[in-house]
Amino acid sequence: MVETVLRQSPLSTCHPEVGALAEIGEAGAALRERPYRTKVNLRGDAADKAFLKAVAGATGIELPLEPNRTAVIERQFGPVATLWLGPNEWLFTGAPDQAAALVEALDGALIGRHAAVNDLSGSRTTIELSGPRHLDLLAKGCALDLDLAAFPVGACAQTHIARALVILHRTAEDRVEIHVARSFAEYLWLWLLDAGAEYGVVTLAGAP
Amino acid sequence: MLLIECPWCGPRDEQEFGYGGEAHIARPAKSAALDDAAWADYLFHRTNPKGLHFERWWHARGCRRWFNVARDTVSHEILAVYRIGEARPDIADGDR
Amino acid sequence: MTTAFRTAKGGRIDRSQSIGFRFDGQNYWGNAGDTLASALLANGVHFVGRSFKYHRPRGIMTAGSEEPNALVQFGLGDRTEPNARATVVELHEGLVAASQNAWPTLGSDVGVVNSWASRLIPAGFYYKTFMWPRFGWKFYERAIRHAAGLGRAPEGKDPDHYDKMHAHCDVLVVGGGPAGLSAARAAAMTGARVIVMDEGPEFGGSLLSETAEIAGRPAMDWVAGVVDELAERSNVRLLTRTSAVGYYDHNFLVAVERVTDHLAAPPEHLPRQRLWKVRAKQVVLAQGAIERPLVFADNDRPGIMMAGAARSYLNRYGVKVGNRVVVATNNDSAYAAAADLHDAGVAVTIVDIRDEPTGGDLPLAAFGKGIDVLSGHAVIGSDGGRRVEAAYVAQISPSAKRIAGSIQRFECDAILMSGGWNPSVHLFSQSGGKLAYDRERTIFIPGETRQQARSTGAAAGDFSLVDALTDGLAAGLEAAADAGHRKRGGRPQAPAVAPVITVPLEPLWSVPGRDPRGRTNKHFVDFQNDVTAADVALAAREGYLSVEHLKRYTTTGMGTDQGKSSNVNALALMAAASGRDIPEVGTTTFRPPFVPVSFGALAGRNVDHLADPVRKTPMHRWHETAGAVFEDVGQWKRPFYYPQRGEGKQAAVNREVRAVRNSLGILDASTLGKIDIRGPDARKLLNWVYTNAWNKLEAGRCRYGLMCHEDGMVFDDGVTACLDENHFLMHTTTGNAASVLGWIEEWLQTEWPNLKVWCTSVTEQFATVTICGPNARRLLGELCGDIDLSSEAFPFMSVREGHVAGLRARVFRVSFTGELSYEINVSADCGLALWNACMMAGEKFGITPFGTEAMHVLRAEKGYIIVGQDTDGTVTPIDLGMGWAVSATKDFLGKRSLARAATAAPGRKELVGLMTETPTDVLPEGAQIVEKALESAPMPMLGHVTSSYYSPNLGHSIALALVRDGRNRIGETLEVPLPERTCRVRLTDPVFFDKEGARLDG
Repeated sequence: MVETVLRQSPLSTCHPEVGALAEIGEAGAALRERPYRTKVNLRGDAADKAFLKAVAGATGIELPLEPNRTAVIERQFGPVATLWLGPNEWLFTGAPDQAAALVEALDGALIGRHAAVNDLSGSRTTIELSGPRHLDLLAKGCALDLDLAAFPVGACAQTHIARALVILHRTAEDRVEIHVARSFAEYLWLWLLDAGAEYGVVTLAGAP
Repeated sequence: MLLIECPWCGPRDEQEFGYGGEAHIARPAKSAALDDAAWADYLFHRTNPKGLHFERWWHARGCRRWFNVARDTVSHEILAVYRIGEARPDIADGDR
Repeated sequence: MTTAFRTAKGGRIDRSQSIGFRFDGQNYWGNAGDTLASALLANGVHFVGRSFKYHRPRGIMTAGSEEPNALVQFGLGDRTEPNARATVVELHEGLVAASQNAWPTLGSDVGVVNSWASRLIPAGFYYKTFMWPRFGWKFYERAIRHAAGLGRAPEGKDPDHYDKMHAHCDVLVVGGGPAGLSAARAAAMTGARVIVMDEGPEFGGSLLSETAEIAGRPAMDWVAGVVDELAERSNVRLLTRTSAVGYYDHNFLVAVERVTDHLAAPPEHLPRQRLWKVRAKQVVLAQGAIERPLVFADNDRPGIMMAGAARSYLNRYGVKVGNRVVVATNNDSAYAAAADLHDAGVAVTIVDIRDEPTGGDLPLAAFGKGIDVLSGHAVIGSDGGRRVEAAYVAQISPSAKRIAGSIQRFECDAILMSGGWNPSVHLFSQSGGKLAYDRERTIFIPGETRQQARSTGAAAGDFSLVDALTDGLAAGLEAAADAGHRKRGGRPQAPAVAPVITVPLEPLWSVPGRDPRGRTNKHFVDFQNDVTAADVALAAREGYLSVEHLKRYTTTGMGTDQGKSSNVNALALMAAASGRDIPEVGTTTFRPPFVPVSFGALAGRNVDHLADPVRKTPMHRWHETAGAVFEDVGQWKRPFYYPQRGEGKQAAVNREVRAVRNSLGILDASTLGKIDIRGPDARKLLNWVYTNAWNKLEAGRCRYGLMCHEDGMVFDDGVTACLDENHFLMHTTTGNAASVLGWIEEWLQTEWPNLKVWCTSVTEQFATVTICGPNARRLLGELCGDIDLSSEAFPFMSVREGHVAGLRARVFRVSFTGELSYEINVSADCGLALWNACMMAGEKFGITPFGTEAMHVLRAEKGYIIVGQDTDGTVTPIDLGMGWAVSATKDFLGKRSLARAATAAPGRKELVGLMTETPTDVLPEGAQIVEKALESAPMPMLGHVTSSYYSPNLGHSIALALVRDGRNRIGETLEVPLPERTCRVRLTDPVFFDKEGARLDG
């Protein structure tokens, strides 16, 4: 795979690989790029039981049907989270370099069905925002109610932070993943750093 | 800023939505059969009421679904939200 | 440091902490906890500004955000802020402020001539005088603008930074006085999420100025207890220095928090101000009440202020506003101020309009202290210059229409007035709520509400402390319950407070004076805009009876204070002048913001590099390193051209254009929109959205298409590739990527839900490198081993998949330049790698990166349009001469409109080429085209230039234009009138270069 050697993430120039922090320490919030993570988009009819069954059969994933919720399964290479994006749209996210296998499995299982599978791993990068003040930082640019009761662990949402469209995914009580289109990534990164200055935001070394 | 209830995602700020004008205007099946006046009626003429209005919105910065809203154009009160294909709810101007 | 008017003890200031500050060039001392106003008053300074129109000396009138008079220029340099209210500016070390609206100095202001000439400047003066002759306004305007200014805006860039914050809650309580705190505490007990905000630096509201007790202890002890309790709770957010400024639809409120304005040295990491955007399920409005002035002659001299304000300065700030004061009132509340001042050693005389001000507890207490009370009397005028020196007092007739007895002069250094209290209904009115008029108490109170809101305490017209505490508690519980939270266990109780009996006020909207009103002295209604009772009467006489007309004609209520203290008086005067009832006159709608908001707070951090997203392609750093000049295309940065050392724009573009035609160019085309379209009905969709037919396109082939809206006007174009029978990849223009997908989704979801098609944006998934020129195939051949590149195997307008430079790639053989050209898509992460590989392998062909300008020249040479440049939403495919791309047989979006009378009529503007008579003359884009240039406009315009460049390949300037009946005029010579010259142009076919398309194959 030439790609894994030559590729460059959209934020690779924003977080120094040398001398970057590994841990958040005492800071109120931390940013970290999680580059190259697998992102596969699936379109299909949620009302079609055979479609749901075919997906589950090929991947072991029961597609979440409740809006703005995720389903997570564990795999050898780590967890695969399936995000509800719409009544007929989902996004699989997981460790890097799993897209080809996932697309192949899905395409194979969905032959003859009305579905669309697209590898979008290169189209977005992931920013992980964590720390005790991460929700305050997010609230500066995001109009969603991010209270734990309204946006619990496992919740996801398509919305915008400042002027960038994002997919938010709350992965733990103290962190969210932000999937952002690659051309907007640098803007959002700089925006988050600016907004986080009040909380002493720090940049952590990128890690998938 | 309005708070609009997306039929799928729930209440979100108006900023996440795009406005799609009056609802329940079907495209004429045989457009070529229409005279200019009838075509113009479909293309340009809208009721623009003061009060109850059935209109289309889409959750542009969210799930990207289109849906219908019954809104009072004076008070901005939203009286109903319903999906495309669902029947227009049985409400009349003045129902509050 | 001692200051003359500071009391020996008491107040909430920190007497251990002296603070030096500067006002109008003089140094003063104040204390921590002071406002600029209280510190000035402590120094005996009342005269702080000149009025807006007449430049009359003005003093500090209130102790709150409603202040109309004491507007100062606050701060220095780029941090200076005009119209700051001295009553809310918190004192900090080194604070600098200055009076405004006075020149050259406050003491000797030349604008004061306006005051002498005031009989010449009645209401409506500007409208009447300067609108005739009509062209005169532009001469008058300069002088008027200079004379009528308030403060001075900073000239430089704002050095501070600002923040915005979204918040959500079950119950938002606006106002942290007794009612608000009581409501917040009750709501918080139910577990509801509560936000409580107050505009002051500490909670307490009216209690900060109060001597009353709650539960047998000083009221502020109760406040401290409640605030501590709320601060402990995780479901409560407390915001001080936070003014709710706007109440919008669906319970959306905006507030401004002044985070560091009160600090001498703000920490760098904190924003100066924070704009809160709150979505509340329920709102409790508890903003208290604002005292009404009395409208008597010369009621505006420095030293004349609201009674409640004087009490606030005494009890909260430890400042006596004078040593000898006259209290003018029509109600009980001023007696509390009088009693407190009396206790502080101030000589007090009360002048009460009411004949028998007995019965109320407050008057009784004042009598008990032996304070002089003149009942049935009114202050009918004042004397003094830069400070009030005396009050004129007279008995008034029971009807209050005239002076009944002799006029007495009372020497004094302050007059305190109280005309009753208006509930602060501004936010309620903004929310769409209707105001109700309470005749008994002559106040507007919240009536029918339109949102999920309730008013409580003084804001609802319930002025007593008992009511505030008990009603506030009930409001808090109800609001929480309506938001879905109920208190478990017993209902909380309001703390015990001694009840205070009050008797009603007696309205007297205009106090009679010695002379007919308005002749020699003025009864001010709106202090900030210098509107007098006589102005209101004039408006009535001239027929401006509607409250909206009154407002605009007299400008009452239109100052930065929005008439907080003047509105009801103005309405009442209009009612009297026009023989109507006050509710008949009605009220104007209150509009946001409640208090002035800085532009910085509205802009937040959307400034400088964060003003708008800057979208960058995967190859952006390479372009930067190569020294590219960038062009903004929507939010994208695209290389415009790549100047080499010492090269200007035209030279660089010429070089890039020639390189493409002669050997090999490379373009970053990653910004093109890409939509993945799949499903058995994909072709049906394409047939609907494109004007041409898509039934027969085979897998591996591409087709160009035009899209129209239903009005038949072109709105996008691009190449769509058939990847498989039911699988297509659509390209859109860079700027329309999102709107085309949105538009397709709209049709699919709302009109054709039965079509089986899925559309997915893949714009950002792929980086696109375009290589073009005679050597493009040779370059690709060096990088790609698994695609047969021969013209037979890989013809023009087709697509192949394989590997380029070892990367998985999709290669499109399409062309926007007329040259042999390949667009190579790889995963965006590898875009830079592909670009580098092409640059290295292309070196031997002199590969030349070219930008959007060279691309534009190349496509214009070929007559290829750019949607949005050569079209403008009024252009059909036929107008473009692209009828070949319009199907005659199938229906498509916009088709019917092409047959409408106007769209099908002859003589429409059509796309043509233009050649200037002088080869080097490049026309400006947008220039108008006429048959024959006349000496001067108007002349009939035939069209305009849409694209214009110098073509180095032709050695001639070329242009595209939309010209009326253009195709029939080809060969004619027309004229383009320009500011300095007229240019003659010959109409040509829009294709200038390689008409046969011979170069497409290399």
